[in-house]
Amino acid sequence: MNDTLLEVDDLRVTFPTRTGLVQAVRGVSFSLGRERLGIVGESGSGKSQTGRAIMGLTPPQAEVSAKKLAFDGIDLLSISPRQRRSLRGNRIAMILQDPKYSLDPVMTIGRQIIETLRTHEKVCKAEARERALAMLQAVQIRDPARVFDLYPHEVSGGMGQRAMIAMMLVTGPELMIADEPTSALDVTVQLDVLKILDKLVAERGMGLIFISHDLRLVSSFCDRVVVMYAGKVVEQIKASELRDAQHPYTRGLLNCMPRIGFERHPLPVLDRKPEWAA
Amino acid sequence: MTAKIAIQGLEVVFDRFRALKGVDLDVREGESYGLVGESGSGKSTLLRAITGLAPAASGTITVNGKPLGKTRDKAFYREVQMVFQDPYGSLHPRQTVDRLLQEPLAIHGIADGEKRIERALDEVGLGKGFRFRYAHQLSGGQRQRVAIARALILEPSILLLDEPTSALDASVQAEVLNLLEEVRRRRKLTFLMVSHDLAIITHMCERLMVMQNGEAVETLTASQLIGHRVSEDYTRNLLRASEGFLRTA
Amino acid sequence: MSAETIQSRREWLLSDQPASRLQARLGRAYVSWRRFSANRLALVGMLIIIALLVVAAFADVLAPYSPTVGDLKNARLLAPSAAHWFGTDDLGRDIYSRIVYGARWTLYVVILVAIIAAPIGLLVGTVAGYAGGWTDTILMRVTDIFLAFPKLVLALAFVAALGPGIENAVLAIAITSWPPYARIARAETLTVRNSDYIKAVQLMGASPVRIVLRHIMPLCISSLIIRVTLDMAGIILTAAGLGFLGLGAQPPLPEWGAMIASGRRFILDQWWVAAAPGAAILIVSLGFNLLGDGLRDALDPRSGDQ
Repeated sequence: MNDTLLEVDDLRVTFPTRTGLVQAVRGVSFSLGRERLGIVGESGSGKSQTGRAIMGLTPPQAEVSAKKLAFDGIDLLSISPRQRRSLRGNRIAMILQDPKYSLDPVMTIGRQIIETLRTHEKVCKAEARERALAMLQAVQIRDPARVFDLYPHEVSGGMGQRAMIAMMLVTGPELMIADEPTSALDVTVQLDVLKILDKLVAERGMGLIFISHDLRLVSSFCDRVVVMYAGKVVEQIKASELRDAQHPYTRGLLNCMPRIGFERHPLPVLDRKPEWAA
Repeated sequence: MTAKIAIQGLEVVFDRFRALKGVDLDVREGESYGLVGESGSGKSTLLRAITGLAPAASGTITVNGKPLGKTRDKAFYREVQMVFQDPYGSLHPRQTVDRLLQEPLAIHGIADGEKRIERALDEVGLGKGFRFRYAHQLSGGQRQRVAIARALILEPSILLLDEPTSALDASVQAEVLNLLEEVRRRRKLTFLMVSHDLAIITHMCERLMVMQNGEAVETLTASQLIGHRVSEDYTRNLLRASEGFLRTA
Repeated sequence: MSAETIQSRREWLLSDQPASRLQARLGRAYVSWRRFSANRLALVGMLIIIALLVVAAFADVLAPYSPTVGDLKNARLLAPSAAHWFGTDDLGRDIYSRIVYGARWTLYVVILVAIIAAPIGLLVGTVAGYAGGWTDTILMRVTDIFLAFPKLVLALAFVAALGPGIENAVLAIAITSWPPYARIARAETLTVRNSDYIKAVQLMGASPVRIVLRHIMPLCISSLIIRVTLDMAGIILTAAGLGFLGLGAQPPLPEWGAMIASGRRFILDQWWVAAAPGAAILIVSLGFNLLGDGLRDALDPRSGDQ
């Protein structure tokens, strides 16, 4: 990893609530090159808020602070909202869990892809259409011309998520943040979508942050894994070395899932230690 | 072995959509039986048809040797109870745990309520401190424990489980699965469990049925599945998918 | 009470582990109250309504003169003064005393209408929503028929048929104001009807009556309370309108609407005769509206979940 794409140092996201301030992310640091990085944690671990903070999609009432949050040398916290917007979608893209909620229901898929493209680049209509179709082809949609004219509700979940990926990749971003991109999909479809994502990331040399609750899936897909617990990073480890994970939380997470062919009754459970969150 | 639940040629139709297309099933007394499939396979519809929540268009359902008609009587619900998928949606938002557990007892006119509620909470690993909480004061796992307590309080012999852990974190899932196994052993319950996750089904069940598009693909024992002795391609695909992502160079 | 005991009481109320049914219920009420009292305007609204209740309760003490018997000889249409704070009307009655007594009639109307209309609406709406099918169609078409007429016109028709008088006015207003409540209750019922927690109760073997009464109605009640509170201003105005048209309270009853009607004749020369009851209606309506807004924030079932 010679060139660093993203640097995160001591990232904190604080939410005001009725009972006082709550830190959802409490000092997260990592750096990312042109590689696949997984962020794993359970609900409430702050993994999604970390992704959103990088993307600049933190809810307005929350406060983001960091010693350093830089994308390709650009300090994300000091640039204007406008510059941030132009980065977003152009050089940094995000895929969310359920395409049903992230695609505009009253616009055809093709138009949404074209809109995205034309917001960020000056291209003529014909060329935009060409590129949108090519992108749909690239996410292995068999009949791109037909899907181009469909509305999001007319396609299946897997197809919708592919369209979403197509829309996000059409501008050729350098960093992709995928927040549980396949959790709403059936297992067999899930693998197809991951395969497409994997291929595109490798071909284009993108950096990928893959946020998920599924440690096993992430470890089979990513190069490196960041394990989060209660807003903090408890362990950073190479995916291939996950079996030798040091932190009891990481080990517990790996162990507590039932596996085919490994009979354990009862299943080992996590014994949460307060010092993990300290 | 007697059949606890026997289903023949069950069809369920919603507005002309055939959610179940003639499914046969028999679950033995004391057995834990799994239904596996992806969304739209009809696995949850099958559970709902047994409880009467989904209308059977044709076919027969027999529980404890008694054929079921269009409606279910109170005695049926003392035999068969269900745990729902979404722990956030299955508890009434304005009722305390106490009230939730009291309701089935009141409906069936059971007298020793106090004792039963305490025992039920104990059994699912929630102490007295949880008794007067509202649903929003509980975590997902705790809610699912309350839902299990509610299902057990009528002392049924059959428990229908509709993806009981799919909305939970992995570590909480393990706790809930352990709890379910424990109550099954202690109360000698018959389980009919639905999941999209083959690993969970093989962990929990002795036999299983793979479903797709409202039809049964094949029926297997857990050991057949573990040994990959499956005959249908669809099942093989599911098995491969459950092993995680494999990068093909 | 020392600061410490207050603190410990608050902790008891906000406890995550209530030890009894009572504590759980009080704790919930306390959370709602904190949310309500955070809204200053809502507190103002509540103060106005409390003031109305106090005035109505102690009208005998607060009113210096009789509300019905005036001094025709010496005190006709006097301007506001120290003796008559709001002046006197054409029959020599003290307007301040009439307004104080009028508070009773206003409350009487508002409370009776709420007690009659809200339960009807709740019942019709939840039954229609839960039963669905034909029951729903018939009940909702009846509701639509009521909604098709302007409220005041319909109330007028009822009073005309029943005969003028404040009891009949109350009845007429109640009959015309339940349909919106039925609509709200039905909408609320439809959203919860297919939820898992209602299905879970069905799987307990509960009868439909039990499900509607014990599980669905409690969920509809808070939106209904909010709506009724917000409607109170409208009820007062309708009652005043009927009074104004001579179809509500009959003289010499000190009802605010009827008072405006009788003051109308002197509105240019003796403005206070109509202005005082008008202001009273305005303030009380405003009070109910502010209170309703505050209740909406405090009782909203959606925000109440978290």
